[in-house]
Amino acid sequence: MREPKALPYLLIAPSALFLTGLFLIPLAQTAVLAFQESGGAWGLGNLRRMTDELNFPDALANTFKVVLLAVPLQLVLALGMTMALRNIRRGRDLLVWVWSIPLGISDLAAGLVWLAILNDQGWLNSALFRLGLIAQPQAWLTYETPAALLAAIVIAEIWRATAIVFVILLAGVQLLPKEYEEAADVFGATPWQRFFRITVPLLKPSIQTALILRTVLAFEMFAMAMALGGRNFPVLVSEAFNAQYFSQDYGVAAAYAVLVMTISVAATVLYLVALRVPAEQR
Amino acid sequence: MASITIERVAKSFGEVRALAEVDLTVADGEFLALLGPSGCGKTTLLRIVAGLESQTTGRVLIGARDVSALPPRKRGLAMVFQNYAVFPHLTVYENVAFGLRMARADKARIAAQVEKAAALLHIEALLRRHPAQLSGGQRQRVAVARALAVEPAVLLMDEPLSNLDALLRLEMRAELKAVLSEAGTTTIYVTHDQTEAMGLADRIAVMQAGRIEQIGSPSEIYDRPATRFVGGFVGSPPMNFLELPVQDGKVDLGGLALAAPPGAGARVLLGLRGEDIALARPAEAGFAFTLKVAELLGPQVLLTGVAAGGQPLRIVLPAAGPLPPLTAGGDILLKPDPARLRWMNEAGKALEGSP
Repeated sequence: MREPKALPYLLIAPSALFLTGLFLIPLAQTAVLAFQESGGAWGLGNLRRMTDELNFPDALANTFKVVLLAVPLQLVLALGMTMALRNIRRGRDLLVWVWSIPLGISDLAAGLVWLAILNDQGWLNSALFRLGLIAQPQAWLTYETPAALLAAIVIAEIWRATAIVFVILLAGVQLLPKEYEEAADVFGATPWQRFFRITVPLLKPSIQTALILRTVLAFEMFAMAMALGGRNFPVLVSEAFNAQYFSQDYGVAAAYAVLVMTISVAATVLYLVALRVPAEQR
Repeated sequence: MASITIERVAKSFGEVRALAEVDLTVADGEFLALLGPSGCGKTTLLRIVAGLESQTTGRVLIGARDVSALPPRKRGLAMVFQNYAVFPHLTVYENVAFGLRMARADKARIAAQVEKAAALLHIEALLRRHPAQLSGGQRQRVAVARALAVEPAVLLMDEPLSNLDALLRLEMRAELKAVLSEAGTTTIYVTHDQTEAMGLADRIAVMQAGRIEQIGSPSEIYDRPATRFVGGFVGSPPMNFLELPVQDGKVDLGGLALAAPPGAGARVLLGLRGEDIALARPAEAGFAFTLKVAELLGPQVLLTGVAAGGQPLRIVLPAAGPLPPLTAGGDILLKPDPARLRWMNEAGKALEGSP
């Protein structure tokens, strides 16, 4: 049977319409909202009001701190997990399964789990107290302990979202023919040399995908910061949320959204350029 | 340069026995081919020598050094892989230089060695390219150059030509032979292609089911196969085997009486190469052959038919010589070259005293 030429387009149409209707149009509306002032005139007023907000510098700094700390650590951890897994025969599937569990947990739920562990009456405090390591429960998640709060959020983020990096890298590693590493081994490369000179360069496309996905999502961090830090740890998206629902300043909320999107696009472009694999090197 | 000694090396993958106590010595500078069908254990044996696979029992020596427990990088060898395994993210130059860089050779030596290896394999013009920009044959050359650039004591090759098309394979085979005999490196070459083994090797080890069936020079393997398997695996067409009864010291080959070999039982196996059978002249004693198919293969004619009570037989006659009428079903009278009879017992083992 001959396929009608329109068939592929018909099959693609629902997703294309869905994306246009529920992504591109709201995106355009947000941009309009961000750059249109109350009188209807175009301008940068909303952006200026956003940057003038009391929490803006903290929100920007916090967001970047979490991304710059968590994402590299996640990459290193996921690479380590992927490599370790290759030397494991027994229990390999179980380990993959266990390591993938966080993938199925919503970020708010994960945030609440970590809150239960880390708050002043949490499991960590009880454990340390019973072991006699602390004289009284400690509060870590307050504005008075910014370093501990940041560390808690980074650790929770690492726990929650390393799995996606791991899964992408694992898929990439499984596609690499083992002859490359064997050849490197035969020609004198130590395990570290094999890893840095052969495996990592060949894994670059997977690393790129994982980093783009992870970084974009990390810049959009919201629920985890809210659960653990609340008002003590403003991030860009939580400020957008506050502008939208508490100040009801839709222009500023849209300005935050545009800022987060711009940062995400910039990060993506950076990765695309920095980790580009020219066609002849594939 | 170094010899390779394989002592009682066995390998099991769980319940599956891939190698059964193999002993093998490759002399310094020798080119040995491991020949056998897929699954015979030849690649496993090569990978054990390389250190990419660990033997279950036994040991491997390179020179006088026991390398059994050493990782590949400490064995001082080079290898050419079946799929070449040239690194796609490195230029041809960096691929060829890889082993030298790992050995921390100085810049001048790296440049000199890469240049030498590239010249030997005619890839000087490709040094700045990446493997994706090369043809299969060119990648093959890069893989060989990478191996030769480190001037290894031992060179291992795993079916290096099997991914090339037939014409290129023939060309690369001749070139490999020239390049490797010049380098004089001790080489183990794994192949399932008997023409490659015959053409390249000083000695051939024919393997089957995890064991070495026979080791010998190409002519020994071809002329004096130790077992029915070897005779049937080497040569195109393979050696013919006719199962014949022995009576009163005589063997009856379809009407032709042959003196029974010493040590023959009630029945013997007669191995006969297709080209060692000729047409019987008129009035000469011969055996009857019923022709089924005749194929002209350039300088030769391959005749397929039956003899000695319906047993299949293939003979090769020079196309230029006198030929019988080539009609299917026709009977032809043939005679074997008496000096080239290969006698075996019923189990397919050569009888002592057989030429």
